Amino acid sequence: MMVDAKPAASAPSPIDDYAAVVGASEIGELRVFARQLQGRRVKMVNSTAVGGGVAEILNRLVPLLRELGVQTNWEVLTGGEQFFAVTKGFHNALHGAPYEGGADWMDIYLATNEENRRRMTFDEDYIVIHDPQPAALVEARDGSKGCWSWRCHIDLSHPSLEVWNFLKPYVERYDASMFSSPAFTQGLNIPQYLVYPTIDPLADKNRELEPEFIRGVLERFGIDPERPIVTQISRFDRLKDPLGVIQAYKMVKRHNDCQLVLAGGAASDDPEGQTVLAEVQEAAQGEPDIHILSLPPWSYLEINALQRGSTIVVQKSIREGFGLTVTEALWKKKPVVASAVGGIPSQVLHKLTGMLVHSVDGTAYQIRFLLSNPAFARQLGENGYQHVRENFLITQHLKRYLLLFLSFQQGK
Amino acid sequence: MRQAKQPFQFVTASYLIRITRDRAMTLEELARILHSCSEASIFHHTFQSLERQHYVSFSNDFAQWALTACNEPPLAEELAAIDLRDCTSIDDLRKSLTSRVDGYILDNASASTRRAFENFFFCEALEFLVNRDEKAMNLAELEEGIRKMSLQTVHHHFINSRLRLRLQTNDFSNWIDTSLGLPELARRVEGIDIYVNTLDGLREEILQVIHPWIDR
Repeated sequence: MMVDAKPAASAPSPIDDYAAVVGASEIGELRVFARQLQGRRVKMVNSTAVGGGVAEILNRLVPLLRELGVQTNWEVLTGGEQFFAVTKGFHNALHGAPYEGGADWMDIYLATNEENRRRMTFDEDYIVIHDPQPAALVEARDGSKGCWSWRCHIDLSHPSLEVWNFLKPYVERYDASMFSSPAFTQGLNIPQYLVYPTIDPLADKNRELEPEFIRGVLERFGIDPERPIVTQISRFDRLKDPLGVIQAYKMVKRHNDCQLVLAGGAASDDPEGQTVLAEVQEAAQGEPDIHILSLPPWSYLEINALQRGSTIVVQKSIREGFGLTVTEALWKKKPVVASAVGGIPSQVLHKLTGMLVHSVDGTAYQIRFLLSNPAFARQLGENGYQHVRENFLITQHLKRYLLLFLSFQQGK
Repeated sequence: MRQAKQPFQFVTASYLIRITRDRAMTLEELARILHSCSEASIFHHTFQSLERQHYVSFSNDFAQWALTACNEPPLAEELAAIDLRDCTSIDDLRKSLTSRVDGYILDNASASTRRAFENFFFCEALEFLVNRDEKAMNLAELEEGIRKMSLQTVHHHFINSRLRLRLQTNDFSNWIDTSLGLPELARRVEGIDIYVNTLDGLREEILQVIHPWIDR
């Protein structure tokens, strides 16, 4: 499926609009590097057009690359329920869980990749394949003149060897790989580059909002804007540990009056979401101050308002790719309590830009600490904002891609 | 206004970070890899880290790791005390680093094999440079160019240049001295402290030092 890269909620902002956030010099330099790539063509392939961090990044990145004159196509893998059940199992297994697929998982995976390989063309100069789902498309590189990169958005530090040993030979056929943290790598025999995922500060999910709008959203969901709000924004996924968040909240609630918001949607490549949502709803029964919000994937403004209206943002993941919901919260100057997993320690520098935790107990303790020390919480929020501004905005991401393509062009 | 003998060539500079296969889990491993890792790795974790250290305690990655992952503050302080301005080659810098880590391990044997809280991952910076159309022939044009350049380019001209020039100076001071003939201004620009400034702060300080000299 060819994606037009225009999300329903808002069209991407023109590149020059970002000068107000990162400075005109940064935008000027993007143009300088992009000019070196004029006439070159890029293809991006991932597994979902809507929902999840990767689709969100591509929805912004692809139009900006085009505006800089780098002709970029974005295609999405098509597959049936069986395929996405297999790749969801891959996802969990690469994050360290045992793989629990059926006996024919390799066949299902390879057959879908093969169908997509036949459907797509790969005559671009630079092909970027995102994550494990389409990784076997690299079979097409033999007839292609382009340079192939594999962009891994997940934490590969402790993979299930059954799945990784199957995928690795495909990955090592690429010309280069990109990871969100050095700790995610697996010592591949191809170049491994560090590319942080990023957020778009001008997107509906991150732009400034009027206080009245924020209040209106909170009230619409039955949340009291006058009392402290602790929020986790994440799709309903066991790896995000929503049940652990509820446990921590109940421990906090014994000492501090506050509300808990668990809000998220489901990505089209995640068949487990409804089951986890039901478990969470059950765990929250009889707790009127817990708000479980299952939001459609286009709820960008609502998510933004929930984050901005929160007193503390939590991300108690068990495993995490990079954790863009953390980036979003830091950008909004929110004090963050987050697990020290995946890419989160790159963003949350303990006691400097947020609080890192390792358990339910730790999560509860740090929430209580921040609720009781608002001046410290505010300082964390200010530092977190600067940290994101310098490292995790989409303009940096654009630059990394331009440099990657230049590295191929220059034979580095 | 004083005109230069040679123009100052502005560039656009940026870096792509390559993650190597080397990783240290103990101080002993750090010491071993420091002896053999690429020059690009040493550069990345010392010179390059100066552009992103606003929140952490120390200015180079090795020192920061010794503090936060190994809980060895005396070693961290020793490593952080290495002044890049005293090194005109990566080899000099490598010797400074290895002598301190090796010495510390000798004196603290129990610390050398203790597992760190998190691994140290050796990375390398790949530099990309493009010459800009803009050139400066006098201080006013230099000031304008510095005001407009990205922070990574400030870093390139002011910090990374020291290695390229194999001189204990930076691109701006070098040009101000040799092409404009203003050694006193060159010395003042060189005196700006790269360790206590953010890159934004560094740029402002350079501009403040240069500005009064424009109409002299």
